[in-house]
Amino acid sequence: MSGEQTRKLFVLSAIWLALLLAPYWMAPLGGYTALATRVLVLGLAAMSVNFLLGFTGVLSFGHAAYFGLGAYGTGLALKFLTTSTPMSLVMGMLLGGVVGALLGALIVRRRGVYFAMVTIAFGQVFYYIAFQWSSLTGGDDGLRGFSRQPLHFRFFQIDILSNTNYFYYFVLFCFAVAVGAMGLILRSPFGRAMIAIRENERRARFLGIPIERHIWIAFTLSCFFMGLAGALYALVNNFADPRGLHYSQSGDFVMMAVMGGMRTFWGPLLGAAVFVVLQDYLSSVTVNWMSFVGLLFVLVVLFFPRGLLGFVRRKSAA
Amino acid sequence: MTQLLLFNVTNGLIIGAFYVLMALGLSLILNLSNVINFAHGGFLVIGGYIAYTITPYVGFWGALLIAPPITALIGLAVERTLIRPLYGRDPLYSLLLTFGLAFIIEDGTRFIWGAQGKPVTVPAFLAKPISYDFFFITGYRLFMVATVVFAVALLFVLLRYTRLGMRIRAGTLDLETVSALGINVRILRSLNFAVGIFLAGLSGVLAAGQLGLEPTMGTGLLMPSFIAIIVGGVGSLTGTLLGGLLIGVASGLTAMYFPAASEAIMYVLMAVVLLVRPRGLLGEEGMMT
Repeated sequence: MSGEQTRKLFVLSAIWLALLLAPYWMAPLGGYTALATRVLVLGLAAMSVNFLLGFTGVLSFGHAAYFGLGAYGTGLALKFLTTSTPMSLVMGMLLGGVVGALLGALIVRRRGVYFAMVTIAFGQVFYYIAFQWSSLTGGDDGLRGFSRQPLHFRFFQIDILSNTNYFYYFVLFCFAVAVGAMGLILRSPFGRAMIAIRENERRARFLGIPIERHIWIAFTLSCFFMGLAGALYALVNNFADPRGLHYSQSGDFVMMAVMGGMRTFWGPLLGAAVFVVLQDYLSSVTVNWMSFVGLLFVLVVLFFPRGLLGFVRRKSAA
Repeated sequence: MTQLLLFNVTNGLIIGAFYVLMALGLSLILNLSNVINFAHGGFLVIGGYIAYTITPYVGFWGALLIAPPITALIGLAVERTLIRPLYGRDPLYSLLLTFGLAFIIEDGTRFIWGAQGKPVTVPAFLAKPISYDFFFITGYRLFMVATVVFAVALLFVLLRYTRLGMRIRAGTLDLETVSALGINVRILRSLNFAVGIFLAGLSGVLAAGQLGLEPTMGTGLLMPSFIAIIVGGVGSLTGTLLGGLLIGVASGLTAMYFPAASEAIMYVLMAVVLLVRPRGLLGEEGMMT
């Protein structure tokens, strides 16, 4: 038991050490800090999806909507309302989370494959809105004309705008807060109830767990995390893209979670890293990268359904 | 005014007929196999492009007869090789697989036929408007609707009166029992999948004549089909039929007053249905045919 605990502690510190030092070891390996930032942000998004998918066992295939809402919320806030980066992040996160909470109340009325279909369909609403309402959102071209602002503290300021390393650490800080919160929730009695629902919904219902309400809360929480990820993503590029709202983006998130390992906490981050690097590479070498990404989906589903970490875990267990 | 109204309602019904054809295929596969076929739009595109390729040799009528069965055969091959291993597993996996497949099909058609739109010529006598007062009712549109009605009627007869149809309906209710009664469920699922893809291929050919062909056209029709199924109700094909027509007409009418919202209205409808009648218009446990 204690051996297990030291192993966990060791793995955990290794992960955080790797994340903390990423700007220093990425460059020699041919990467760049902005790539690490993107991995972190998309990793957070994939972990938010997995919060629902892997730990509550309900399939949301429309989470890009809340990601995109976070991005647009932050972009619009920076453009029109505030010059404070943290403030705009909060606004983006709130937009994603609150809309998620409202729609979630409708979505939880269906279960199983229909739950997935309703999430997909509702996800598309915001894509059309962003696409049509071009006076506000920039339509197909996306939202431009805002940029992240340096962080002001009482005695000093941190220039996250021009220094990509500082920005990386800013994102890492937000990531750590969000992931810490996620971990705490999963360890709480509520988190245990989520897992109980995943394992056997009917039994959980007999135990008196209010299933609909729990799924709704989990959905809402995951939308808040997703909103934060989207908000950070808007800051990465100083740009919000309508395609970030599209269901194909949701598919990418689910894929990252599955590829990394759905039943593991850190799997989606690994999946996001592999996915982002692969996509980056593929789109630079071939115009048919879409086929390769599609092929990746097919291959992972057929031969690697437990994902990378699930695979490793099974090997070490055997 | 009346004419404008009629114009928009007709438009809505025609686009609704497409949604119905797509959604019925999706619904069949969903009901029996619990698979959300994201590649359904892809199969529509395949059907359209096959028609485009063979039209110069066999003419439009030939293409209409040949392209859907070929599409169904391709669907059958995909089902047997890729989807069959996933039946016992979480629906997540088949969803992801068909999602990837949709990517491959879209990119593949772009690779083979190019990203430019392709026209499919319909017979000249169908391309003319029926009368000047109703300029929007071309012969082709009437023909399209007639074909959809015929195909849907045929499907319902198949489900109602043939042995295969009975087995599909029974399988929707309780696949295990059907299997225990000595019916080969694997073959049943394959055939059912093929019927669904046949409908997708047919809508592909019809859409090609009306809208021309583009590699991305399938994805645009996919979302309304989902909504049609949700609005219509779980497990009910009649519901899907109603749902498709309803959202078609609703978006046609909205296009008249507030064009920017013609897509959004479908989602509003879906939200209303989920709010007041979560199981959908005709949603019941069984499939009503």
